[in-house]
Amino acid sequence: MTILIIILAVIVFWFVLAYNGFIRLRTRSNEAWADIDVQLKRRYDLIPNLITTVQGYAAHEKEVFTRVTEARSQAMQAEATGDPAATGRAENMLSGALKSLFAVSEAYPDLKANQNFLELQQELSDTENKIQAARRFYNGNVRDLNIKVQSFPSNLIANWFKFTKKEFFELEEDSAAKDPVKVNF
Amino acid sequence: MATLYSHQDKNMRKTWVLMTLFFVVIIGIGWGFSLIYNAPEIIVIAISFSVIMNVVAYWYSDKIVLKMSGARPVTREENRELYTMVENLAITAGLPLPKIYIIHDQSPNAFATGRNKEHAVVAVTTGLLSMLDKNELEGVIAHELSHIGNRDILISTIVVVLVGFITLLSDFFLRMTLFGGGRGDNRGDGRIQFIMIVAGLALAILAPIVATLIQLAISRKREFLADASGALLTRYPEGLASALEKIAAHGGRMKKANHATAHLFISNPFGARAKKGFNRLFLTHPPAEERIKALRNL
Repeated sequence: MTILIIILAVIVFWFVLAYNGFIRLRTRSNEAWADIDVQLKRRYDLIPNLITTVQGYAAHEKEVFTRVTEARSQAMQAEATGDPAATGRAENMLSGALKSLFAVSEAYPDLKANQNFLELQQELSDTENKIQAARRFYNGNVRDLNIKVQSFPSNLIANWFKFTKKEFFELEEDSAAKDPVKVNF
Repeated sequence: MATLYSHQDKNMRKTWVLMTLFFVVIIGIGWGFSLIYNAPEIIVIAISFSVIMNVVAYWYSDKIVLKMSGARPVTREENRELYTMVENLAITAGLPLPKIYIIHDQSPNAFATGRNKEHAVVAVTTGLLSMLDKNELEGVIAHELSHIGNRDILISTIVVVLVGFITLLSDFFLRMTLFGGGRGDNRGDGRIQFIMIVAGLALAILAPIVATLIQLAISRKREFLADASGALLTRYPEGLASALEKIAAHGGRMKKANHATAHLFISNPFGARAKKGFNRLFLTHPPAEERIKALRNL
């Protein structure tokens, strides 16, 4: 009888721990996603300024401006849905459009010497680094959550309470990307 | 990641044990004196004293440490590169942005302090900034941020104040016994003299024990752990490995090196070669070669 009670108590204890573990992981991933959002929004806010500055020197490069503007509004829409895969795709497009904008600006020495432009460029690359940093934190949390959702026996609880896997946020890494490392403690 | 979180819990426990121990020691001393002098107010003084000391240790130890090392805060405008680097790594680690301090010293070194991750400080020397390239500096900053994330900083910093205080107290008692005896009224006969000597000796013995306690609490393992989780942040262990190599090769002693704060730094502030005599007691860091080897094997 006592043995039965002990076994039951252990199961209940494990159950509570596992459930709370899921809650914690899910909250953490959501928080990490909010961190990414902050940085993405910062990038959207910088772009109109950048376009105005470049237009002052290269007004006739209309094609590039519309491309960037469109990519920006698409990215903002995708971001509003909160879907990592769609956001990732839209962000990659926006990055591509921005790259062509900077490529165009190479042809205008006056623009390249503009203090405002330089600052915006710096801000933008800083924001992009921060998006990458936030992305890695998010993906780390999602990895932990997904492992727990799939592994036995915690997957029982996951099924029961509908804790689901989350999607990774994929972006094209910059060329300076470093090789991933294995860490053994 | 599970290891890191359990490591946090362990650190919180150790902090409690340490503070309680300190509390008990001081009150014990007070109780002893109140018995000797037959004056119960002494124990009240001792209790309030140890309460104040613990509060000071919790709330102000980081400021004391910064003062002792001569660190000065840096703004985004002053050093944009360092600032954004810390910002980005803090985002990767999921930590709030720590305050950033700079120490004017040619010797390359760095440490982290603060009572929790919301009130954390990362300090680097100017020597470190001028000597390391971007990847290496990132490695060092990531190591320090890992100390913050692992909650190493609170216990390490509290140790500074408690150890410093015990050293001070033992010094005080020894002086009292050696020089205080000749003064004025001598009605407190030989008994008090004797007890003062015993208390002084006891404290003199206690101080090195507490110093060893630093070593136990601030085990070398935690440096390895911070190295490893730092490498997880930058995804580039070679950066920290070559930074450690450069720091070890420099081997210089910091101007404001102090035994009480030595264990906080990424590399021994008494210089990488300070492994003789008394400094050996404070060998809180594993040899640089071992750490570099561990990093390269990741």
